[in-house]
Amino acid sequence: MDIATILHFLTIPWVFLLWTSFLKSFIFLNLTIIVVSVTVFAERKVSAFIQDRSGPNRVGIPLTLFGGKKDSFFWGLGQMVADPIKLLTKENFVPAGVNKFYFWLAPKLVMIPPILILAVLPFGSTLFGVSMTISELNVGVLYIFAISSLSVYGITLAGWASNSKFPFIGGIRSSSQMISYELALGLSVVPVFMICGSLNLNEIVDWQIKNGWLVSPYWPKGFELSTLIHPSELVHTLIAGLSIQRFALWIPLLISFIIFLVAIFAETNRLPFDLPEAEQELVGGYHTEYASMNFALFFLGEYAAMFAGSGAIVSLFLGGWSCPLIPDGSHGWFWGLVNIGVFFVKVSLMLLFMIWVRWTLPRFRYDQLMKLGWLGFFPIALANIFLTALILAFTHR
Amino acid sequence: MAIVVNRPKLTFAERCYLPAIVAGLAITWNHLKRALFNKGIVTMQYPEEKWDANMPDWYRGAPTLVSDEHGKDRCVACQLCEFICPPRAITIKPMEIPDGDNWRKVEKRPEEFDIDMTRCIYCGLCEEVCPEQAIYLRKDYSITGLSREEMVHDKKTLYKLGGVMNGLVFKWNDLK
Repeated sequence: MDIATILHFLTIPWVFLLWTSFLKSFIFLNLTIIVVSVTVFAERKVSAFIQDRSGPNRVGIPLTLFGGKKDSFFWGLGQMVADPIKLLTKENFVPAGVNKFYFWLAPKLVMIPPILILAVLPFGSTLFGVSMTISELNVGVLYIFAISSLSVYGITLAGWASNSKFPFIGGIRSSSQMISYELALGLSVVPVFMICGSLNLNEIVDWQIKNGWLVSPYWPKGFELSTLIHPSELVHTLIAGLSIQRFALWIPLLISFIIFLVAIFAETNRLPFDLPEAEQELVGGYHTEYASMNFALFFLGEYAAMFAGSGAIVSLFLGGWSCPLIPDGSHGWFWGLVNIGVFFVKVSLMLLFMIWVRWTLPRFRYDQLMKLGWLGFFPIALANIFLTALILAFTHR
Repeated sequence: MAIVVNRPKLTFAERCYLPAIVAGLAITWNHLKRALFNKGIVTMQYPEEKWDANMPDWYRGAPTLVSDEHGKDRCVACQLCEFICPPRAITIKPMEIPDGDNWRKVEKRPEEFDIDMTRCIYCGLCEEVCPEQAIYLRKDYSITGLSREEMVHDKKTLYKLGGVMNGLVFKWNDLK
């Protein structure tokens, strides 16, 4: 077997699909874990800054141990490494009286769904002609809804298996929280499908590249770097972008964006909807009885869910990996990498927004969330679909 | 009788949360922005910055033994502090002052005086009970050690921490 045969074997379509998929999964999973680690650090740092504290700033390189004059702290960035090491090396304590099987199963059930969601997120355009989506499902968004609602089983199971009152209340709250926002979550994106005509996240992103991000009311048509030099062409593109339909559709799209955003907050158990966790009322909610890596899996699951949710928002409403004036991966591998970078920048900004909201708002009361979900968002999302349909029917060219 | 709480009538803007949320986000954003430029952070970086200068005089830190203005140790080994100490942190081995000593009239002095700082609860009862005003809770709060033995303060350490205290009781005085 020489190299030529191996290369030939690797280019057989199904083998090619197999190893590129594995490679993509591996890279994006690890990138996500790194982003999660950074997000946990950012959460602590941003929360500290918002509350006029300085946050973790001590973990760095202990130069004084090796004869240095001063420790170098690096703004506490070492915390990102120290936290996982601490969680990995702690004793994995299992209290007596828990249902061992489900107790061990629950953290995995929380961790797995957000990771599965990564499979359909378009991380980038193409790199060396390979699509940067792990799996281009034509029911991508439905897949996201189906999988993401599974993570509530993990939480409920954790609450029940812990055999303790606070986790149990947390688990129960989680399941009834889920039924109050899940409907609004699903219905709020229906206008997007109606406009883009596809459930495939890649096609939704492609539509947004051609017609502009869904949250914007106006998008210059065919705007490119070369048009900037010719004023007449520039004016032409700016005018061509104006359309009544786009302006009218902006209203329902903005409504569905806000509902989707709020529902994602509830989906990922973030404040103001972190009722299953509710440190102040339920000690730690569903993960009260968990320690070390089992607890870390819950943590990882929550932040991976934030990443996946942000990825879904970015792909659905904020143009995915696209950015005006930046060409896609067909123009060379460099632009392919830039597109992946753009996606991660957008997701990071979304994550920052989630952290910012968390440290701003107090927690919703239990009945308030149910009321908001059933009497607020559900009817609005439903009416929004009809509004979109009417606008599409009347402005159809 | 039931108390009727009048709920204020909320406007539509108040009921749909969004304006209040945006206002809240603006407030936290301003704090974040200020903190990013290192302004407005109230955290004290402890080992480098300390509050020692602002400590009140009545601060109850580590119990110590004090000497008077003539450099004489004041403790007479009456053992009242040992008996009152709630966690029994104090152990005193008294010693009779032999005949012929200048201070025979004082009768007793401690041969050994140990305070186990792993047990001490900083209650200050020893200071309160001491008839000779020999034991005082000073401002040391950071008592650390690598072993239990290290955490037991012996007489030498206690006098070193205590220093000089001018007082009213003059038993250790030639003229009194």
